[in-house]
Amino acid sequence: MYSICYRSPLSCNSKESNKKMNSVKTEEDIGSIGLVKEQFATICEPPDELILDSGRKLGPITIAYETYGELNEARDNVILLLHPLSMDHHAAGRYAPDDRKPGWWDNFVGPGKAFDTSRFFVICSNCIGGCRGSTGPSSINPATGKPWGATFPVITIRDMVNAQKRLLEKLGIDKLFCVAGGSMGGMQALQWTVSYPDKVVAAIALATTWVHSAQNIALNEVGRQAIVADPNWNQGDYYGGESPRRGLALARMVGHISYLSDKSMHEKFGRKLQDRDEISFDLLTDFQVESYLQYQGLSFTQRFDANSYLYISKALDYFDLSRGHNSLASALRDVQARFLVLSFSSDWLYPPYQSREVVSAQKRGGKQVSYCEIQSDYGHDAFLLEGEQETPLIRDFLRHVREETHA
Amino acid sequence: MNSSAETPVEARRRDHELICELVDENAKVLDLGCGDGSLLQRLKDEKKAQGTGVEVSQDQVYKCIRRGLTVFHGDVDEGLADFPDKSFDYVLLTDTLQEVHNPRLVIGEMLRVGKKAIVSFPNFGHWSVRVQLFIRGRTPISAALPYDWWETPNIHFFTVKDFYRFCGQVGFRVTRSVFVAQGTRITVWPNLLAERAICVLE
Repeated sequence: MYSICYRSPLSCNSKESNKKMNSVKTEEDIGSIGLVKEQFATICEPPDELILDSGRKLGPITIAYETYGELNEARDNVILLLHPLSMDHHAAGRYAPDDRKPGWWDNFVGPGKAFDTSRFFVICSNCIGGCRGSTGPSSINPATGKPWGATFPVITIRDMVNAQKRLLEKLGIDKLFCVAGGSMGGMQALQWTVSYPDKVVAAIALATTWVHSAQNIALNEVGRQAIVADPNWNQGDYYGGESPRRGLALARMVGHISYLSDKSMHEKFGRKLQDRDEISFDLLTDFQVESYLQYQGLSFTQRFDANSYLYISKALDYFDLSRGHNSLASALRDVQARFLVLSFSSDWLYPPYQSREVVSAQKRGGKQVSYCEIQSDYGHDAFLLEGEQETPLIRDFLRHVREETHA
Repeated sequence: MNSSAETPVEARRRDHELICELVDENAKVLDLGCGDGSLLQRLKDEKKAQGTGVEVSQDQVYKCIRRGLTVFHGDVDEGLADFPDKSFDYVLLTDTLQEVHNPRLVIGEMLRVGKKAIVSFPNFGHWSVRVQLFIRGRTPISAALPYDWWETPNIHFFTVKDFYRFCGQVGFRVTRSVFVAQGTRITVWPNLLAERAICVLE
């Protein structure tokens, strides 16, 4: 069905990234984190379950996470990284020297990088509802001994954040120096500063929004309908049998389009044909962009669970930072964290105006917030790809906040 | 006809020095069109000011963040609208008033957001400007007005007198003014002798 082996967008464009900004450190100073190990923690054990936004209780919960760098004696050098929908806790480094790819944010995390592991203790955990080791719909429901499937409780971004808070308590960490993430991770970063205003010193929100728009919900709904329309979905009860791969692949294809831009697709594919010199006048795959999307869709099904996609996309759609408040500004009233908000000019999934709305509300509330709209043609994916543009901003921001708050 | 020994960079530094003198210690300052943040940095270092910048150029925003400043990437109007009334002690607009579309609106907003506004601008009434226009019949170029007519970002050309008249007409009170030429203060005949003016409005 496809023959071009495209690499993930994480790695495919990194060398083409603009070299506008000079980096402070030389190549030799900037290293890889090396080999890393995933870890697991059990939290929220009964009777201390996590009370979810839906009112339901969840516990015990397993959380998969990784850490990079060293926790200092004062335990005040912790950065919590928050992953986007389709990523996980494997943010940096490799599990084995021959791993084909490092963690998804490896270009940002390591000694001398944006999140400098020679100074900070960096934690990244898989969100609840996920499928990469943390408790989610594919986990076993202790009450029945069978996978939760569609009986798993609906979760929210705030539930994810509350679970992260419990994980940190378990690790003996009271306060975060920084929370940082892009896309869904950015929503969690925002939620952290609202839910735990006195526990976060700095926050970095990339390519994100404070509320899922109608367009955001619409795109997610197409993905969800694709999954539930797959006969293999079977009301969410498919573990041990055929999984709804076609539906999930289709959901990913829609999602993937929303991560690119008209220009990046034009430059990458144009109208180039796949394995042929002329259009075929049949209904088969003619264009490279079709083949690419099919590959992206199918390869996603090898690492992601369809039910997790349903749950996490629902959590995104429910996200509205102002929920329970009169306005966004009043939701942000108690926020103490200093903010760096970055948006990307060609991101049409979470367009710059959505970031500016957050920044406006913070300014209205007299909060310390810096904002930059980075010029990029990479669409929403830019936050993963524009490392050279983002790194100096993140590094300088963290350095100054550290100096000013850590006399 | 640029006989000035003072380069635009030096002129800017001199402006910054004078503005610094006008700002109180520990003030909350908003700098509109803050550029690389050098004025805010200076205010932070010398006056322990708490500064925020608004800047339209991405490259300049990077420089501000490198300095550890709080900065908003956007244009002046966008940058102003969100701040609550009187949330700053000073709102600064240095060497930019001649470039904004609606000076009345911008200064009005500056005085809404800030208790005081400090505005610096080139004086189109300076004798060298008059000479260039009158004798040579050419669009004037000087340290304060360093651009050729076809590349200038300036859309308003006004004199110190014009500015005072404008402030009087629209109800902005000029409480203090500093005039400069060739790096020195001018105390007499500012409309003729000053290259640049720095005015504090309330």
